[in-house]
Amino acid sequence: MSFLTYLINGLSLGSIYAIIALGYTMVYGIAKMLNFAHGDFIMVGCYIIFSVSAALGGNSVVGIILAVILCTLLGITTEFVAYRPLRGAASPLAVLITAIGVSYFLENVALLIFGADIKSFTSVIKWEGLSFAGGQLRIQGVTVVTIAVSVVILIALQLFINKTKQGQAMLAVAEDKGAATLMGINVNKTIMLTFAIGSSLAAVAGALLCSAYPSLSPYTGAMPGIKAFVAAVLGGIGSIPGAMIGGLVLGIVEILSKTYISSQLSDAIVFGILVVVLLVKPTGILGKVIQEKV
Amino acid sequence: MKKLGKVISALMASVLVASALVGCTDAASTETSDSQAQTQPAQETESSSDNGATFKIGAIGPLTGGAAAYGNAVCNAAELAVEDINAAGGINGYQVEYSKEDDELNAEKSVNAYNTLKDWGMQILVGSTTSACSIAVSEYTKADNMFQLTPSGSAVDCVKYDNVFRVCFSDPNQGIASAQYISDHNLATKVGIIYDSSDVYSTGIYQKFVDESAGKNYEIVSQEAFTADNATDFSVQLQKAKDAGADLVFLPIYYQAASLILTQANTMGYAPTFFGVDGMDGILTVENFDTKLAEGVMLLTPFAADATDDLTVNFVKKYEEKYGETPNQFAADAYDAVFIIKQAIEAKNATPDMSISDLGDALKGAMTEIEASGLTSSKMTWDASGEPNKEPKAVVIKDGAYVSAE
Repeated sequence: MSFLTYLINGLSLGSIYAIIALGYTMVYGIAKMLNFAHGDFIMVGCYIIFSVSAALGGNSVVGIILAVILCTLLGITTEFVAYRPLRGAASPLAVLITAIGVSYFLENVALLIFGADIKSFTSVIKWEGLSFAGGQLRIQGVTVVTIAVSVVILIALQLFINKTKQGQAMLAVAEDKGAATLMGINVNKTIMLTFAIGSSLAAVAGALLCSAYPSLSPYTGAMPGIKAFVAAVLGGIGSIPGAMIGGLVLGIVEILSKTYISSQLSDAIVFGILVVVLLVKPTGILGKVIQEKV
Repeated sequence: MKKLGKVISALMASVLVASALVGCTDAASTETSDSQAQTQPAQETESSSDNGATFKIGAIGPLTGGAAAYGNAVCNAAELAVEDINAAGGINGYQVEYSKEDDELNAEKSVNAYNTLKDWGMQILVGSTTSACSIAVSEYTKADNMFQLTPSGSAVDCVKYDNVFRVCFSDPNQGIASAQYISDHNLATKVGIIYDSSDVYSTGIYQKFVDESAGKNYEIVSQEAFTADNATDFSVQLQKAKDAGADLVFLPIYYQAASLILTQANTMGYAPTFFGVDGMDGILTVENFDTKLAEGVMLLTPFAADATDDLTVNFVKKYEEKYGETPNQFAADAYDAVFIIKQAIEAKNATPDMSISDLGDALKGAMTEIEASGLTSSKMTWDASGEPNKEPKAVVIKDGAYVSAE
């Protein structure tokens, strides 16, 4: 019974990683850049929901909608101002470092506006959750919602990418930017759309992250962002179902190693597994090897 | 490592911002107490000329800047204690002169403040208020063999020299004090611990707590750690404590993580007594935090302003009248410090005409012999290491406020 409880806790943590990883992997898969500021977009989303809910006396629906809109705008602006000018740069490192810069920029702006004091976030999910075996086994409402939302997003993204024109354009850009341009695809517009979707997912992930772990500070998104990146790499970066699986695996491994091995070593074990997986299968669990044609 | 640094800087920044806010509201009271401090010695010099000499006690603390709330509490309370002593006839018939200096929470400025006070003629130092400043100044008091009593410097190294003593518990000794308190008050039979293994403060208290718990009337049933990088999900740590049947969970951690622990314990329907140390102080200030979750949380602290004993009631009343705010534990520690010095001087029949070094030797000896009583404890003794030995006190959170647990 207690094993099941721990497994559910792992699922709960993993579902949060998964939903963040979806945004990470989406942007990487198409734009081929690591948006290290993704975790901080999540933090921005959380603060928007927090502030709007406080102003409206606890109504979080408006807050979530506003957060999705503003995070989308933030993503588009960031891409336009900070990433696009560097896309042609000689070294792919330039844009990576810029992403880290954007991450620190957003954290420090949040520090200026909201201060370093933590704020307690009121869960946007009011539902108590499921209870089995006479209350012995409980699955929190936010866990069920997070998993459901991740699956919906997963399916929606798969359909969008494979069935729509813009989605096909994204695949083309992902494969070869130059060739896509020659085919008449507007690369800049396609990448902007990718960022818009990725950032709106960050707002949704933020709402669920802070509902599950209701402590909000300018660094709220930083560590979950890194862990979700690991989850995305574990699942196969660029693969959308891989992000989902990577997130769940990471969460469950983290909780079970805390439980049965050592609460001090859980991070070491999680990252150790990452190293092993990458040694055995460098593309991650679901990653595909793309042959470079010469 | 980058993220660990971030969390530490977040913590430090939060302390800075929090105390800066307090510092702002304090500005007015600092000015008034400054002007009082300036007029005070003038009057005392007149009265002291009657019997020839005075004891000169100095205090150092951050009176401006981020930690001004701490420094002002210490310097105000020390001033109040000196006034009370003078009104009651002084020490061995000698009046006491008092002066204070600002160190702005900076170790170098604290040393400057010490030199300024020495030029003024200081014989005994109450301070510095904060750990790093206190350690810096102790290098100089050691060289001068001046008696130094820090009310609130809690780092282990504050009392590394034989001329320095402290009123508060050292950080790790809060672990010993907590174990004693839990045992003396029969708070639990089974205890769980959740601590931050990436933090010196937390691990220090944790280790002392575990050592001291041997042979007590409770057993430790779970000891679980987390790290700064891993401080969001506490479900495992709580579940293990719950499965082991812990009826009290000891949290030697800061309130930021504690607020998440309380929330998650509530979600899983686990309601033991949570027992924290001074890092828990602040839990009620978290914005939008449901204080109902903190109901019944206990924390170790030397002073509760709402206690009903005569000494506390009088002190709080006088302090509020004079400085317009409720005294905190720093104020109580400093008030006690001055009276401890008085008792030590009386024990050795020391006189103001003794040299700084002779006075230092006399008081060092006296400290290990006296048994003091004050706001922070009814019975305090010291050994030569400079650490106090006193009965721990705790408060419990009731209706969103601290209430004395006794």
